[in-house]
Amino acid sequence: MIEKTAAELSQALANGEVSSVELTRSYLDRIKKYNEELNAYITVCEESALAQAKEADKKRANSDNSPLLGVPLAHKDIFCTNGVTTTCGSRMLHNFIAPYDATVVDKFNDAGVVMLGKTNMDEFAMGSSNETSYFGPVRNPWDTNRVPGGSSGGSAAAVAADLCTMATGTDTGGSIRQPAAFCGITGFKPSYGRVSRWGMIAFASSLDQAGPLTKSAEDAALMTNVMAGLDKKDSTSIDKPVEDYTATLNDSLEGLKIGIPKQHFAEGLTADVEKGIQEALCEYEKLGASITEVDLPNNHLSVSAYYVVAPAEASANLSRYDGVRYGYRCANPVDLEDMYNRTRSEGFGEEVKRRILVGTYALSAGYYDAYYSKAQKIRRLIKNDFVETFKEVDVIIGPTSPHTAFELGAKNDPVTMYLEDIYTIAVNLAGLPAISIPAGIANGLPLGMHIVGKDFGEAKILNVAHQFQQQTDWHRQKPNFGQES
Amino acid sequence: MEWESVIGLEVHVSLSTKSKLFSGTASEFGAEPNTQANIFDLALPGTLPVFNEEALKMAVRFGLAIGADIGKRSVFDRKNYFYPDLPKGYQVTQLDFPIVGKGSLTITLEDGTEKVISVTRAHIEENAGKSLHEEFSARSGIDLNRAGEPLLEIVSEPEITNAKEAVAYLKKLHSIVRYLDISDAIMAQGSMRCDVNVSIRPKGETDLGTRTEIKNINSFRFVEKAIKSEIIRQQEVIEDGGEVAQETRRYDANKDITTSMRSKEVENDYRYFPEPDLLPVVIDDSYISAVKAELPELPDAKKERFVEEFSLSTYDAGVLTATREMAEYFEEVTKGCGDAKLAANWVSGDLLALLNKNDIEITESPIQSDRLATLISRIKDNTISGKIAKTVFETMIDDYAGVDEIIKQKGLKQVTDSGEIGKLVDEVITNNPDQVQQFKDGKEAVLGYLVGQAMKISQGKANPGQVNELLRGKIK
Repeated sequence: MIEKTAAELSQALANGEVSSVELTRSYLDRIKKYNEELNAYITVCEESALAQAKEADKKRANSDNSPLLGVPLAHKDIFCTNGVTTTCGSRMLHNFIAPYDATVVDKFNDAGVVMLGKTNMDEFAMGSSNETSYFGPVRNPWDTNRVPGGSSGGSAAAVAADLCTMATGTDTGGSIRQPAAFCGITGFKPSYGRVSRWGMIAFASSLDQAGPLTKSAEDAALMTNVMAGLDKKDSTSIDKPVEDYTATLNDSLEGLKIGIPKQHFAEGLTADVEKGIQEALCEYEKLGASITEVDLPNNHLSVSAYYVVAPAEASANLSRYDGVRYGYRCANPVDLEDMYNRTRSEGFGEEVKRRILVGTYALSAGYYDAYYSKAQKIRRLIKNDFVETFKEVDVIIGPTSPHTAFELGAKNDPVTMYLEDIYTIAVNLAGLPAISIPAGIANGLPLGMHIVGKDFGEAKILNVAHQFQQQTDWHRQKPNFGQES
Repeated sequence: MEWESVIGLEVHVSLSTKSKLFSGTASEFGAEPNTQANIFDLALPGTLPVFNEEALKMAVRFGLAIGADIGKRSVFDRKNYFYPDLPKGYQVTQLDFPIVGKGSLTITLEDGTEKVISVTRAHIEENAGKSLHEEFSARSGIDLNRAGEPLLEIVSEPEITNAKEAVAYLKKLHSIVRYLDISDAIMAQGSMRCDVNVSIRPKGETDLGTRTEIKNINSFRFVEKAIKSEIIRQQEVIEDGGEVAQETRRYDANKDITTSMRSKEVENDYRYFPEPDLLPVVIDDSYISAVKAELPELPDAKKERFVEEFSLSTYDAGVLTATREMAEYFEEVTKGCGDAKLAANWVSGDLLALLNKNDIEITESPIQSDRLATLISRIKDNTISGKIAKTVFETMIDDYAGVDEIIKQKGLKQVTDSGEIGKLVDEVITNNPDQVQQFKDGKEAVLGYLVGQAMKISQGKANPGQVNELLRGKIK
């Protein structure tokens, strides 16, 4: 049962084939058995999960058949959860118990979803391999010597290894999509402003967006139905009606126009991944889609622009971690200056400190125009590339990552690591929705296909992804990890 | 050498919104520390700001009141610095696109002439909390009640040339924000604060000298004294062959000197950038017109109207419109007694003297407008004389009985009975034969003395007009 999609579990719960308590127990057992090796969860909420499950079963018994009622999920440890430690993968918040729920958490609670626990992540979502977590790296269930991707690596590994059926994540430059690709699951980043950021610990405010990590596009649609919507507590959330994203999943793709950016099939892309994506594209042609090459001329600037804008915002967003009110405080500070210095030196890891320094530098007097202003200009150019391209095509498809999951410790150089997000980052800069779905297996490792949609074109890309999953079973492929039982 | 000074003011006004600028927390003065701070005010991870539109409206009201351009698209920025009473590690303010652009206001100088002072801009920003260093040993307390309260920072052009003008400007600002009902603007409580930029230059010079900034002055009087003292200090520095350092200074009221706080060179680089958690504030013409339509009558317009409608002198009208409460009081008295001239005299004379003497606001006056109106009515209907009215006024301060009751109780009613006055006059004529003779010899001025005598005997109660008339008649 635990290998099933959320939609299937929902059906099983509705049919009475299984209770939420039984399901929850199964996942909790499996977490107990396998989490030590994967390190996907930072916190497991056994007691409250069972209580929620019991509650859900009661509601099911009273013929409440809300879609995700009683289905277990995991939250990335970036979402504040009332009464539960919320660490953001950092020593700085290792002891922080949030006194409130993030809107996303709130919405899943209201939907009767069971929270199994909080998943591991790169510290403050800064990383592409889950190696920057204060709580240690997460391992990829397809090969435990390899990384699961990041920053939502814990969520991706947990879904892939059936330690939950679905999980939340956040995506600032690719943090949902790249780990989804590495772990062979579906990862969806909605348009900026579609999902509330209230209670989601900020990395880069203008880029951060929450989304689902799931076993199918259909599950992603189900989760997005819960997550999306205007929230008055987040001024950047958008007042647009929320569609039923499951309603159009089965629309025909006949006549769909797919754009293939030439920049995404250029130097740097490994042959395995390229082959996988080309084969996937053939599937779309079979479904009646037409494929044309498109040009995103400013795409090569996206990583550079991102690594100015994101650290700049982060440098301010992370100023609140000063040891004054909550979180880590250094021992025996002699004065204020000492408290600031040591609290932040000891509380943050290397990558976070690096980005704070980069961001601080980029915003400094005399450098602002050269870096921050210029990066914002590039951002507009990148957005404009997409606007122009979407006049010609309905979706843009390419690889999610240039390669499959790499080995732990393989990328020590920050710049090499930053290039991990070369295909995903532009989407965040433009605020667009995008999904990564499994599209093949190369040398025993999954590879991801990246589908980008127009502004608030969530329904379309979920439809495009779902149709592919109706034709193929890449999303049904499982790692060997934990299959002995 | 003859010097001239150049002064610019940055005034922070605490907007009296019901809740804070970006959180729903109430913001009342004087609550127990940290009882008015929610998870956003504490900068808990994951919290986000939501702009309080009441603050926007107040800022637009102010902008329209000073005839300023209203920023149709204003942008919030983060100003980054570390301090324990700044929970987020940045202050949200407006740098390049403030809500209020260039405007101006008119001040009246001591000689009665008017001067227009330009306002460069006004922007909305959030207040910081308070650090309490004294109550704790070897550590500091942080009170975040104030953190996130909305402030309007109003920046003047350096068009002010002396301390008196600076105070006049400040008082005018104070008056306008109170008229607009957007702030208590109580300097002693910090809901209006003032930073002063001062520089001097040889008279006639057009280039500006190096300026210093005196931070956080909290009374009109100290603003005046601080500027005077800083001008003298700068003159002395230059005349001793030195150079004025560009720095921030504080005013020490006890010693009446300014002292250096920090020099500009080592000041923070605030790394301003647009606040990504908030969208730009976009307003349209219809919003602006709607706010405009709700504007109250402002001090300058009111003053003009008082001159026209009540035939007051410009000076009196100025005094009576200095605060909205004063003007309201005056209009109530006028309405109640039907005599603007007398009302103006009483309000700007005896009443104002009483308030100043006791250092109280007109809203706390022991003599309410309806009682003063009755008092003036009794002068008009000859129940009492103007002189007796002053006695009644004094009594009214501590005696809350009605005016008529006081007059009756104290037997202050004017004597108008001609028989009684006749007796009085007879007595005066008998007692002052010399003066009576002088009057008969044509010394007209003596009559005043004789009337005075009669009033004295009657303890002021006799109707002076009647006394006068009878005296003339009887002596002739």
